[in-house]
Amino acid sequence: MSALNSFFAQPGRRAAMPILVLLLLGFVAPLIAVVGFSFMPPRTFGLFHEPSLENYEKIFSDNTYVSLLWSLGLASATVVLLALICYPVAYGLVRVFGRWSTVLTLLFTIPLVVSENIRLYGWVLFFIKGGVLPGTLKTLFGAEMGDFLFTPAAVLFGMVYVYLPFMLFPMTLGIAMVPNQMREAATDLGASRWQVFREVELPLSTPGLMIGSLLTFVLAIGAIAEAKVLGGQRIIPITHDIEIAFTYAQNWPLGAALAVLLMLVVSVLVLAVLRRFDLDQILGKR
Amino acid sequence: MSDSKYSVRHILIGVWTAAVLIFVFLPSATILLASMTSSRYFTFPITKFGFDWWSKTVNSFEVKQLAITSLTIAATVTVIAVVLGFFGALAFARYDWRGRKLYQKFILLPIFFPQSVLGLALLLWFNALGFNLSWKTAVLAHLVWIAPVVTLVMAIQVYSFDPSLEEAANDLGATRWQTFREVTLPVLMPGVFSGSLFAFLLSWGNFPLSLFTAGSDNTLPKYLYAKMVAGYTPGVPVLGTISTAAAAVVLFGGYAAMLILTRNRKAGI
Repeated sequence: MSALNSFFAQPGRRAAMPILVLLLLGFVAPLIAVVGFSFMPPRTFGLFHEPSLENYEKIFSDNTYVSLLWSLGLASATVVLLALICYPVAYGLVRVFGRWSTVLTLLFTIPLVVSENIRLYGWVLFFIKGGVLPGTLKTLFGAEMGDFLFTPAAVLFGMVYVYLPFMLFPMTLGIAMVPNQMREAATDLGASRWQVFREVELPLSTPGLMIGSLLTFVLAIGAIAEAKVLGGQRIIPITHDIEIAFTYAQNWPLGAALAVLLMLVVSVLVLAVLRRFDLDQILGKR
Repeated sequence: MSDSKYSVRHILIGVWTAAVLIFVFLPSATILLASMTSSRYFTFPITKFGFDWWSKTVNSFEVKQLAITSLTIAATVTVIAVVLGFFGALAFARYDWRGRKLYQKFILLPIFFPQSVLGLALLLWFNALGFNLSWKTAVLAHLVWIAPVVTLVMAIQVYSFDPSLEEAANDLGATRWQTFREVTLPVLMPGVFSGSLFAFLLSWGNFPLSLFTAGSDNTLPKYLYAKMVAGYTPGVPVLGTISTAAAAVVLFGGYAAMLILTRNRKAGI
């Protein structure tokens, strides 16, 4: 008892306890259960069978890993495109727009809290035959539009759209970390604008850029609505395979094995990136 | 650096931002348009404007049930997440303890995790525990993701909190509870406020977690998804518009309320 008391003597430990309990029971335990299930024989529903590697063998012999490659590719492309799209906006929010920044930030926050399938559905109505874009083109120019919906490009488009705020906000945080004096000093010492960007601005805002990219990548690799709503199931991302295994196919062990593969990719990336950062420094700037 | 060059760059950034903003809101605008047609199918340009589908949707019993379920989940999640997040943020940013750095990174993990996979993992876990899936299990699932987000949001506020305030109250003879109620809580109030705003809105709009963990209970995003996969009905744009507008109102209203609160406090009222 006294050992327990001395453990909890530090107020930080006491304060951390409730959320730690939640995450142990609601995050760590389920993930361990998934790992356990992935070693069970196919189509079983308990955790107490003879462990086997059958599910993993099936994934690699059945080419199911192709969907993992699709997911990885789409997520990487999303990150690159978003980095290019968001940088000027983030820069503007920090350095250019002044008091308008707050309103703009709020505007960019709204989509974050509207469920992604509603917003993606808006794009469906925008691009669909007789929708806003084809309808406008036809009335104004009499032009017919080729099919964009239900192609891989549409899926990528949807992912770039949905995950934009997740790149934008960490990036803003990162750019705000670059002290103004530093840029001015570089300019005074004769650096060109490009040099200031490359030698000062970019390296010093890296933490924000990295965290934004990581967040976007991880969320994009878990994307499920984009391929269904905009892709018309032409592309099968890994999340879709996992979902099918869990629901229609009723093959939980196979779904669990696929989920484990995805989790491996994600956790290697997340741990590699996160360990490089001091969160006190990033979040605690005054 | 010449001034004209400077401003050209700023104009370019402004134009680009405006374009991105249009890109962000284009689907919402499309949905608003689609909700205002009185025909069964959406064709653009709209030939027959009308609000029939609005009254039909707003008056439907099913939609009221959905809204109630979604609200119940969001409200429950908010209350629990704010309590957990408040103490979690103190541990994150205020206290110095062994294991804090590790704790900070651990808290981030659920945020840096694909939500659909988390939802399926929880589905499997709840089943293994023998839980019946309902809105209550959805609350648990939302919490796993939202409590860490709230912790982060509040931690930013806690970083700017001066611990010597608490010590001063202590020295002046305040009990621990008095210090908490009279010093810690009021100072951190803006963080609590924005934390609860985020908790509520993120839960209200969540789809991947609800999809797998709410069982037969339907939330608005879940219902809309089922409807849009099944085929077009103009009720979907109407509900989508309502849901988007509600989120915007809560967000801007919350921000305005917070501005007024902080201004009053600075004025010493």
